[in-house]
Amino acid sequence: MDSTERYLVGVYDDDDEVLQAVTTVKKSGIKIEEVYTPFPIHGLDVAIGHPRTRIPIAAFLFGCLGLTCIFSLINYTMVFDWPMIIGGKDFFALPDWIPVSFEGTVLFTAFGMVGTFLVSNSLWPGKKPRTFDLRSTDDRFILTVNMANNKKSESEIESILKATGAIEVNVKQF
Amino acid sequence: MAGHSHFSPANVEEYFEFTAEGRKRIIYAFVAGVVALLVGIYLLSRGEGHEVVQAAAEHGAEHGEHLSGGAVSHHGDYDWTNRIWANVWLNGVYFTGIAVIGMFFVSIQYLAKAGWSSVLKRVPEAFPRFLMITGPILILTFILKGDVIFHWMHHGITDKGSEHYDKIIAGKSGYLNFGFFLGRMVVFFVLWLLLWSWMRKKSIDEDLNGGTTNFYDMVKIATGFIVVMGISSSMSAWDWVMSIDTHWFSTMFGWYMFSSWHVTGLATITLTVLLLKDKGYMQYVNFNHLHDLGKFMFAFSIFWTYVWFEQFLLIYYANFPEETIYFLERWEGHDKLYKATEILNVVFNFFFPFLVMMTRDAKRTAIFLKICCCFILVGHYLDFYQMIMPGVLGPHGGFGLVEFGMVTIFASAFIYIVSSELTKASLVAKNHPFLEEALHHDI
Repeated sequence: MDSTERYLVGVYDDDDEVLQAVTTVKKSGIKIEEVYTPFPIHGLDVAIGHPRTRIPIAAFLFGCLGLTCIFSLINYTMVFDWPMIIGGKDFFALPDWIPVSFEGTVLFTAFGMVGTFLVSNSLWPGKKPRTFDLRSTDDRFILTVNMANNKKSESEIESILKATGAIEVNVKQF
Repeated sequence: MAGHSHFSPANVEEYFEFTAEGRKRIIYAFVAGVVALLVGIYLLSRGEGHEVVQAAAEHGAEHGEHLSGGAVSHHGDYDWTNRIWANVWLNGVYFTGIAVIGMFFVSIQYLAKAGWSSVLKRVPEAFPRFLMITGPILILTFILKGDVIFHWMHHGITDKGSEHYDKIIAGKSGYLNFGFFLGRMVVFFVLWLLLWSWMRKKSIDEDLNGGTTNFYDMVKIATGFIVVMGISSSMSAWDWVMSIDTHWFSTMFGWYMFSSWHVTGLATITLTVLLLKDKGYMQYVNFNHLHDLGKFMFAFSIFWTYVWFEQFLLIYYANFPEETIYFLERWEGHDKLYKATEILNVVFNFFFPFLVMMTRDAKRTAIFLKICCCFILVGHYLDFYQMIMPGVLGPHGGFGLVEFGMVTIFASAFIYIVSSELTKASLVAKNHPFLEEALHHDI
């Protein structure tokens, strides 16, 4: 990427404070990009207003795909390609196929979900990680604002962040 | 969540009031059940609506005989009163399951030291009181009418030289005999009730005195109960249900019946919590707790399906005649008398809960949960019907006023007993050490 992305990074040192800051900052009309915390804070995702994850939909679709693939494979091998009489059953012995179809569904769902998750979070191999502030893995709570998504001036946003209890506000460019 | 909570135990206490109006309604339901049962018995004794089935039985006699794994085919003298005792047994086993799962649920919560459930644990904790009703009913039915229900209790079946002598059953008589069976049954009920009343005493003592001693004691009782349940659930499944079809056996049966009990119990817990919420109680139970209960119901519906299907698959795959007869009897035996319930069994207990409760939103919506609870409760009644009726009644089974009356009687008695048990303690265990966690439960 040649164009630079400019972020304002507010650093907080208390989890309750950052949770309240999110609400206040949003109310003043600033669009928050993301909040990074060393541990999960209950209610934070709701406060930021992130839309609910669509991973269950992906899971369902991958499950359907898995069921179809495995079922077609068994059907092709057991009925058309090389039919064999096993235990006197029909070639199309549906009950016998259910465990394998189930496993195939689960396998496709699991791998599909992991893949979807990695892609949607830009976590593919070789991807350079974006670190706004290393201390978010230690004892600081990091609130980031993407300047491209906000009309307010930098100084204005900075003062709002400071007012909500940010101990420092930095600029980060990628 | 924001800020620190200001929680004091005094404001979570709430007492369920079993109003005169509520009592009256339950008693009306009970009386309606009794009336339906009496009319049903009268019709049965007159043989009303029985000609069709009787004819079917005669019609199916030549090939129906070998499609019965149960008692009837070996037992010529069928009496119309058998259907009453079969229904007592069916409902006794079904409601014993719901009651004992109440204790089981509380026990796993204590064993896992779970916090979220502390806000609703008083509901399942009230269920086992009903064991005091079903215990004596099952024991008396066994003593008085066991020979109606169990093939292995038929007269002379283990006596060499008797015309009813059955070598296979005689070989099982070391385990399946009157004294040992009765002993096991009494021991199970006594152990369940003793552990429950001990747990209940500690639980109420915690409300009065607080502290954590009672909590640690309850963890120990819960551990003991899980061990007892691990053995007794399997053995009661073999004894009370599987031994009806004495020739047949399945290594999956203990799990199968336990999973059926468990999901029924979970549905009852969820439904009770929802109904109490509708009446304005349990305000601290929010949709996060209901979501967890919904997940439990969803997961254990699938678990039941897994066990149910696995039992079928093993038998289907191995294809031994003495094992496949169990499913043949239910699928096409007795002129397909049990085929519809067999299909409904899977639809109500697997497809319906699976498809309806799959999404997160459904598990957080009261009406979806309620509908699912009702389907699971009816579905597992049918499941037990399928386990018990073909073996006991064979071609004489069916759905009539006797069935509806008996289940109404048991259900209204259950509601009455559990409601009055709920009044005996605060609906929220106010001094539970993890209550704070439950009040802030957020998923």
